[in-house]
Order: sequence, then C-alpha cells, then structure tokens
Amino acid sequence: MRLHEFQAKRLLADYGLPTPRGAVAMTAGEAESVARDLGVTPLAVKAQIQAGARGEAGGVRLAHGPAMVRSAAEAMLGQKLSTAQTGEGGLTVRRVYVEEGVKAERQLYLALLVDPAAGGLVLFGAAEGGGDIEERERAGVLSRERLPLSVGREPDAGELSAFLARIGLEGALADKAAALVKGLRRAFIELDASLIEINPLAVTAGGDILALDVKMTLDDNALFRHRDLASLRDEDEADRNRLSAHRDQLNFVPLDGDLGLVSNGAGLGLATLDMVKAAGGKPANFMDIRTTATSLDIAHGFALLLDNPSIRALLVNVHGGGMQSCDTIAEGLGVALRRSGRSLPIVVRLAGLNAEFARSRLKNFGCSVIEEPDMGSAAIRAVSVAAGRA
Amino acid sequence: MAILLDKDTRVLCQGMTGWAGTHHVTQMMEYGTKVVAGVRPGKGGRSHLNLPVFDRVAEARDATGANASIIFVPPASAAAAMIEAIEAEVPLVVAVTERVPVLDMVRVREALAGSRTRLVGANSQGVLAPGVAKLGVMATGSERPGGVGIVSRSASLTSEVVAQVTAAGLGQSTTVGVGGDPIHGLSMRDCVELFLADPGTDGMILIGEIGGAQEHEVADYVAEMRPLKPIVALIVGAHAPAERRMGHAGALALSGAADVAAKVAALEKAGVRVAPSAHLVGRVMAEALARVS
Repeated sequence: MRLHEFQAKRLLADYGLPTPRGAVAMTAGEAESVARDLGVTPLAVKAQIQAGARGEAGGVRLAHGPAMVRSAAEAMLGQKLSTAQTGEGGLTVRRVYVEEGVKAERQLYLALLVDPAAGGLVLFGAAEGGGDIEERERAGVLSRERLPLSVGREPDAGELSAFLARIGLEGALADKAAALVKGLRRAFIELDASLIEINPLAVTAGGDILALDVKMTLDDNALFRHRDLASLRDEDEADRNRLSAHRDQLNFVPLDGDLGLVSNGAGLGLATLDMVKAAGGKPANFMDIRTTATSLDIAHGFALLLDNPSIRALLVNVHGGGMQSCDTIAEGLGVALRRSGRSLPIVVRLAGLNAEFARSRLKNFGCSVIEEPDMGSAAIRAVSVAAGRA
Repeated sequence: MAILLDKDTRVLCQGMTGWAGTHHVTQMMEYGTKVVAGVRPGKGGRSHLNLPVFDRVAEARDATGANASIIFVPPASAAAAMIEAIEAEVPLVVAVTERVPVLDMVRVREALAGSRTRLVGANSQGVLAPGVAKLGVMATGSERPGGVGIVSRSASLTSEVVAQVTAAGLGQSTTVGVGGDPIHGLSMRDCVELFLADPGTDGMILIGEIGGAQEHEVADYVAEMRPLKPIVALIVGAHAPAERRMGHAGALALSGAADVAAKVAALEKAGVRVAPSAHLVGRVMAEALARVS
C-alpha cells in the first residue's frame, strides 16, 4: 500500500525523522491558512499524488506569502498531474502539502528497502540525490552505496559511519544521520514497510539534515497487524477495477485491447499474455485467478470482462492444479455468462485437474465455447476470433 | 532418483488439522509419501488422519524420526512455524502458505543462515518426485518418472510444463517450486546445483519470469560450471503490464520487455536454450536431450 508524502512524514515524525514544518490542505483556502500559520517565506506547495517526479511536472511550486500559496494550490487542486512515474493520463491532485521552503546546501539520497537479491533489508545512499537520479543511474554516473541491515540486530556503528562517510556525511552531520537511519530502520520494522525513500535529504547551511520528500510503501500482507494503518489507503488512487478485483481474490490489471484473458496463477497468466502478443493480439487485461478464489469470486472476475464493451472475445487458459481446479473456473464462467446474457466468442483451453468435469459443467450451463487442446493454438485461435476472423 | 526427497523421507505436517492440511496430507499419503506426524500447538496427544499430533516440532521429530516438514500454517504465524522447524534442525521444510509478510520472511532468512535446514518457499507448491514422493499441493496425474528436473517460480506453469514433458515422451526426476515471493528459501540456482549433482537428472527446465535476479544467478552459475546436462529455460512476462512506480528505489527493475530480454540474453550466453514460447518447452527439452544422447 502506497502512502502520500504527508502521511509518510506524519508517521515517521514519531520515529524522529526531521522534516520541514508543514501541513496538508484539501482546498486553496486551507492552504492559505496553513501558510499564515507557518508564518515564513518562501513556502513549497506540493501536489499529493502517489508517484514521484512531481517537481519536473509542475507538481511542486515555490510560493512567497499566503496569497501565492493560495493561487498555487488553486492551480493544482482537482487537476490531473502527469509525471514520468504516473503513466499516461496522470493522477488527480486532491490534496496539497504546504511546507517551509528549505535552502539545501547539499541534496542526498537515502532509501531503505527489502532487497530480494540480498534476501533482506538494505540501506541505499547516494551523495547526490534529486529528481534526475534515475537518468544518472542509467548513464552509469551515479554511485549508489549499499549497506545490508539486519531485522534482528541494531546496525553496527562502525559499518554505518563508514557508509555515511561514503555518501559525504561526516562529523556532527554523520551523528545526526546515524540517528535518522536508526529511526528509519525502527519505523520500517514496526510499521511493516516495504520501502522508505528520502529524496532529497537536505543538508542546510546551519548543519541540519531534513527529509524534504518521503516515499513510503507498506506491505499489504502485513496490514492484518496494523488495522490503524489500513485506513490510510487512498481508494481514489487505486484503480477501482483493480481494487474490486483484489477483494474478489483475483489479480486484475485492465489494458486497452479487445481480447479478454483469464488464467489461473500469475505465471500461466503472464505466459498467456506473451503468447497472445506473439500472435499479434491485443489483450484487454491481465487476470490471474488466485488459488483461494471461489467460483463466485471468479464469476465477478468474468463479469468485469463481460461488462467491458471493447472486449470482443475471451481466452480462458486454465491448467488445474492442486489448489484450483478447472471445474471451479468453469462454474465461475457459467454463472457470469448466465447473469450477463452477453454472447461473445470464448476460446477455452482446459487441462489438468478436473478438466473433463469442467467441460461437462460448461455444457450444463449451456455455454458454447471453442475448445482448443493446446495453449499455443488457443492463443492463435482467440486472436483470430477477436479480430473477426473465424 | 530425485533431489530433496527419497523413498525414506519421513514427513511431518505443521498445521495438519486445518482444512488445507487435512486435504493435502491425505493426497500426499495416497501418493505414497510417508507422513508420520502432525504438529498443532494445543492439540498434542491427539491423533488426526490416524497420525499422532504433537505440540512442538522437536517432539514430533524425536518421536517419529521425521526429516521433512510441510507447513500449512496461516500467514500470521507461518514465519514462527518455519523458524520452529529450522530450530528443530529439520533438514527439509516446505512452506505452502501464501501472503506471508515480507519482513517475516527476512526474519526466517536470518534464522536460516548457518542452519541445517533447506527451506522451499514460502508460497510454494512444493516438491514432487514422480513415483517417489510428493511434498506439496500440486495435482498429480500428468507426471511420470524420468530424467527432467524442473525448477519454477510458478505453480500453474509447472503443471503445464510437466504435462508437456510427459507428452514429449519424457518424465521428471523432481519438480521444485521455489515460491512466488521476493524473499524465500531455496533459490533457483541452488536447485540447478542439486540437479547437476543428481545422477537421476539428465536435463533441466527453468521456469522464470520478470523481476528479481534468480535467473541471472543461474546464468552466472551455468556460465561458470559449463555443465554437460542440457538446460532449457522459459522466461515469461515480456508483456506484463507496467506497474506504476513509486520513487526511484525500484529503478533497477527494468520494464517487462527489457527485464526478460536481459535474462534471456544472459541465459543464452551461458549456453541455456530458451524456449521461444510457453507451449514449446517440452518439445525444446526433448530436442536438447536427443542431441546429447
């Protein structure tokens, strides 16, 4: 679960993360009064969307005085902001964060995440942070330092100070940064985060360090032990289809083609997508039925596809396994078709556990389907059917 | 012959008394697996499926000589169950549980370091040695004993490839699902190493996908070892929908197409044959084996 900047800063304040003073506002009027309360100038007005690269896209503006804060907020609120990380179409700005403008002498990069290659927690850092960090990484001119951290043990003081020295933090600054890292690690573990990224981490002329922007993601699988944090989810930002599909035990991602795809298991789903693309098809979605899905969950999934008028055909590629059998999926398809009343070509490939039973279920439901014995031929057939060829 | 399992593997099940444990242990026993005990805190001293139930893994191991465990414990206590099995020095542990919190898996990894346990999973369909034993939840019927070792990150795609291998006139020595989670126990590279050392395995299939570095680890290992046994790989996800990114920390993860292309290139450079499509894996393996013999 992704958090907004203002949510992450609020959570991390309890762990001693130093940030500029600021507050969130939902209207231009609120933004103006936040600016008055802060009583300093300049102020930064920052669009709250769950994606980075806002600065380059006009989502962060510097304002001198409450009136300018108001007009900056007016220009952003309710508008779509499209950045290099939002994908096409952008995200709607529903809140702005107004905070003290900070003059940074230096801008660093710091991130704590679970690194699959290392099998554990890793702290990343770079002496030069900022928005263009990815381009520099791609160009090979960024040196990103790393330090594996343990979940069970505090970081070794010597290793941590050597790491901080490599990103240019020494002396009193290193002491402050070490305290910051320890607080971040504690927050990461206690809140079950999967990512905390501070970019930039500012060093001021006065010798302070401040987190100017924070990106934070929580582990969805651990939300059961953080009921209080689950309420932070921004339902506006999660794609509605994706969210309802998630509740129904499906992994669903809408795409913009005309062929609806359904498979069991992420691997088989990805393979199906690849085969359809290789055959020249245009997938309308990715859908993976999870092992815990019931036939009703599956019927909801099929309904999402049947309700989509741009879908002209379906490809159902199922290999029944020990946890999800073919007949459950056939049942879901039958129920959804009966409810929807829509008729469209459906190419089906059933193999593995209860494939024969699934065929008889489909027959009982009165579903007419085009059956293919092999998933390669099924993909080719479905693509040609969706294109209006037989 | 097989890796990880043999005819004498004695299995205990953590979380046997629940629905999933009951169902899958029954199926494992029908397949011929020697299940010897169940573990369920608070239910020690009872019996379930005609097997003794113990409160603790160590007790069950001492009383029955179990040398493998399969875990069906729900996500909230799955890591504690894995760590208990590691501390009891059970040599082989398969964790089926899905949706284990990632930091719990980091804790499990910290417990695994320097231990005597091999952990498969979590979020794994388990290990199947056709005709020998099944320590997992996969459906059976299309497998048959043979010389192809399969290591995979995906359960459904494994079932598919097993059926293709059998249809191509071959059989499987062992199939291993390393699990779909980013942090897990046994890696693909570990499995390739075991398969290379196994006299019953003539060739192997690697079922990989986008994300992570496991396929690159295999490529590095194979490039170094230059094994005589043929290896076939399938890497899916070239057209996976792009995740909206959060910050720069994931910048190392390339787009689906670039990620798959990099893995394919590394594997091919190491001498691995990469199947051009998911439906051709069995055929490519058969051709590769025919060329060797």
